Order: sequence, then C-alpha cells, then structure tokens
Amino acid sequence: MSAERSATRSDALSGAQAASGQADPPLTRLRGKDLLGIAELSPAEIRLVLDTAEAMKEVSGRPIKKVPALRGKTVINLFFEPSTRTRTSFEVAEKRLSADTLNIAASTSSVVKGETLSDTALNLEAMSPDIMVVRHASSGACHFLSRICRAGIVNAGDGMHEHPTQALLDAFTIRRHKKRLEGLKIALVGDLLHSRVLRSNVILLSKMGAEVLVCAPPTLMLPEITRLGARPTTSVDEAVEGADVIMMLRIQLERMQGGYFPSLREYFTVFGMTPERVRRAKSDVIIMHPGPMNRGVEIATEVADAPNSVILEQVANGVAVRMAVLYLLAGGGEHETSA
Amino acid sequence: MPVLMDADRMARTLTRIAHEIVERNRGLADLALVGIRTRGVPLATRLAANLRQIAGAELPVGALDITLYRDDLMRNTVGPQPLVRSTEIPFSIDDRRILLVDDVLYTGRTIRAALDALIDFGRPKTIQLIVLVDRGHRELPIKADYVGKNVPTSSLESISVRLQETDGQDLVLIEKDGEQP
Repeated sequence: MSAERSATRSDALSGAQAASGQADPPLTRLRGKDLLGIAELSPAEIRLVLDTAEAMKEVSGRPIKKVPALRGKTVINLFFEPSTRTRTSFEVAEKRLSADTLNIAASTSSVVKGETLSDTALNLEAMSPDIMVVRHASSGACHFLSRICRAGIVNAGDGMHEHPTQALLDAFTIRRHKKRLEGLKIALVGDLLHSRVLRSNVILLSKMGAEVLVCAPPTLMLPEITRLGARPTTSVDEAVEGADVIMMLRIQLERMQGGYFPSLREYFTVFGMTPERVRRAKSDVIIMHPGPMNRGVEIATEVADAPNSVILEQVANGVAVRMAVLYLLAGGGEHETSA
Repeated sequence: MPVLMDADRMARTLTRIAHEIVERNRGLADLALVGIRTRGVPLATRLAANLRQIAGAELPVGALDITLYRDDLMRNTVGPQPLVRSTEIPFSIDDRRILLVDDVLYTGRTIRAALDALIDFGRPKTIQLIVLVDRGHRELPIKADYVGKNVPTSSLESISVRLQETDGQDLVLIEKDGEQP
C-alpha cells in the first residue's frame, strides 16, 4: 500500500523514527538539513510540518506580518525554471520569517554563459547562505546539490520527480477542511506522466493513509503509479465517485508536443472536470488545483469558481507551509551536525 | 522535592493578585489579559474568572506563543526545539492596558520575546507583568508588577509549575538539577 520508492530510500530511518516517535515526546524538528522530497519524510515529520504551519498561518493574518525567527539567515532562491507562484510564495514566506532573500533566475545568471549546476551552486555557497531553494528541470538536481552543499536544500520542483512543498500545502488545505487525511477518498485527474505535483501528492497521501485514485488518458498514465500507492483508472466518473477531494492536475501545454491526445477540446470532453462530474462526488467535496489553471481544458470555469473550490486557499496556505519548512530546517540543521 | 505551593495556596495567591490588579488599575475597562504559552494561558483565564467575581468585570483573554521570537533558536540549545503553536489574541491591543501573564520569571528572556511579539500586534497603552513565581537570576532589566511568590533559587535548581489544565494538578515544586534549563 505505502509507496515503495519511499520504502527503499528512507524506511531504515523512518521506521526507527515511527517506532520511537509514537510513544515519546512529539517530534520537534526535521531529521535532515534538506527537504528533497516527500519520499524522505516520515509520517511524524509530515505531521510536524502541518502542525507548525497552523501556527505560521496566524502570522499572515496579523497587521505586522513578520516574526524575527530567521533574522540574520540568508536564503537563496535558485530557479532554473520559470515560476511565479512558487517563487513568490517562498519569497513571501522567507520575508515573513525575517530572512534575507536573494532571487536568482537562470535566465539572468551565469548559467546562460555555460556554467554548470555544481559550479553555480558552489559559487553561491561560498557566500554562505543557510538555505537554498532550488527549482530545476532535471529530476534529482536537488539530491545532487544536497550532497555537495553545506546549506540546506529545499526542493521547489525538480523535473518530473517531486515538488514536496506543493504536496504539503495540499495536505494542509485538505486537513483544514476535512480535519484528517486518513481514510479520505481523493481523486487526482490530469497529466500524471509529467507531474511532479502528482508524485509528491500520491506519496504523501498514501503515507498518511488516504485512498488515492488517479485518472488520466492511457498516454498520460504513469506506469509506476500503483507502486506509489494509488489506484489508476481511465474513467473520470469512476475516479470522482464518492470522493472527498478532487484534485485537478494541469495539462502541461508546453510538454504536449508528443501527441498524447487528439485535441484540447476532446480532452475536456472526456477528462475535463465539469459540474455534472463533480456531482458524483460527496456533497461536501472540495476542488483543488495546484495552478496555473487551463480553464476549459482540465477544469470548467464553473467548477474552478464554485464555492467549494479551495484553489486560492491553497495559494494562501502555501506561504504558511513554506514558512514551517524553512523554520524547521533552519532550526534543525545545526542540531544534526553538532549532535 | 520540596513543595513551594499547593492547590489551596495557588488559588489564594491568584485571588490576591486579582485584588492587586483592581487596586492598582482604577477601573478595569480597557484592561486585557494575555497569557504566555503554555502555562501562562490557564493562569490568565483563572485571573479573568477571579476578576469577574471580585469586580464583575469581563476581561478579554489572549494567548501568546513566543517561539518565533526566541533569541536562542539558532544557538542549538540543549533541550528540544519547542513546537510552534498559534498565537490567539481575538481583540485589538491598541490603547489597551495589557496584563501579561507567565508562570515563572527567571532570566527575563521569555518576557523580552513576549514584549516584542505583543508590540507586533499593535500599540498597547501599558503592559504590566504578572508571574506566579519569581526565582531571580535576571539577565535583562525586567521586573514583574505582580508576583505570586518570590523564591530565591540557585541556578542548579529548577522550578516546576503544574496546573490542573495542563498537568492534571495544581502544584509548584523546586527541583535540584532539573531537566528544565
């Protein structure tokens, strides 16, 4: 049931953690210096991030939206792929914790002059940042950087691999509405093949005991999906039947040169989320989308703007969850090296 | 493990502090209680109940978490990093007289953090400090306005406050080589 990839990579650690974490005082920090993926996190660590985010959420509602927790810490946002939402969200989170932030976009950096990833990172590292938030088009780029850098690495999306903070903010949003994750029926519909959001979400939700159904055209189905803990189907109706949560995934128009389906219009007819399809789900279903949305492709405008759509809440919660991750890593890294 | 305060004594101490609050503040109209998490919050709630009885005044009560304002977060303290919990101040503190409540006053660093945190919520008219136990050893120029009990301690000792709401009993103990820093 639970994801095998996570099992191979981190069960030696998370097993021990779970065993001691249940009985003893609650976990108060993350184990590593990095957040590379959901696969590396134990259920107790996931719960810690979500609980800490509850407290961070309150900071964003204050007249002075800033706390001094990361004063004097330097965070570099290193983005090799375009991003508005994630980069802005990280930057807002960093600023609300009083960290000093630097934004480096690959298009304006020495990367265009041919500098390698490791040289770029090591040069930045020489300026002693405490955390680097990295987005890169290659899967595993963050794992590579975590081995060569002293600074904590936060994966803000690596290729088709993982996008852990997105999955954490999705789980946080679900938990706020449903008060739990275990036992929920969650349908994910859209491009499964190219989606790092999907991978991180499926790993997280099945780790936390939710029932995960995924739906896509056969050409966009991820072959290893059952190993990640989800049940695949090609019928939207079957996926959303009785669902507590419907999570739409973006059709990545920039990756659609491969002829995965005949036309966007046909995709919408067969797989698009329409009000009629939503009616098959539970009456208190919530609709989620990690953005950016393609209205009329994967989701109908009426569904995107319906009262049970929590899409903008996800964005707001993203700041709280990223604050929690940064706070826990900045406090936890030194602990590990000196303990 | 010597007992400094039992349930009875604690109740009388809080009643006395409530009377002192009434005596010193001439009208309770713009007063509000803010407890510092964890044990300052139930103490603030109990003081509010006392003040309701004595003066018939209903004081709003808030809860302040100071974890994000601590000055030892990055210094790798011996104990575990504290869990961050929510601050809940469901009223405006602007131009109010705030009564800040904590269980033990020691180095003063918690109160320093609490003052910073509180001022991020607005501009109170005054802030007064209430503590159940003052054990000395101040590292900052901070002094309590209302003290339940002054206890001279050595830095090897630790004071353990237990409350019904958080620990199932009302008790203040003094411990040698305690686990609390």
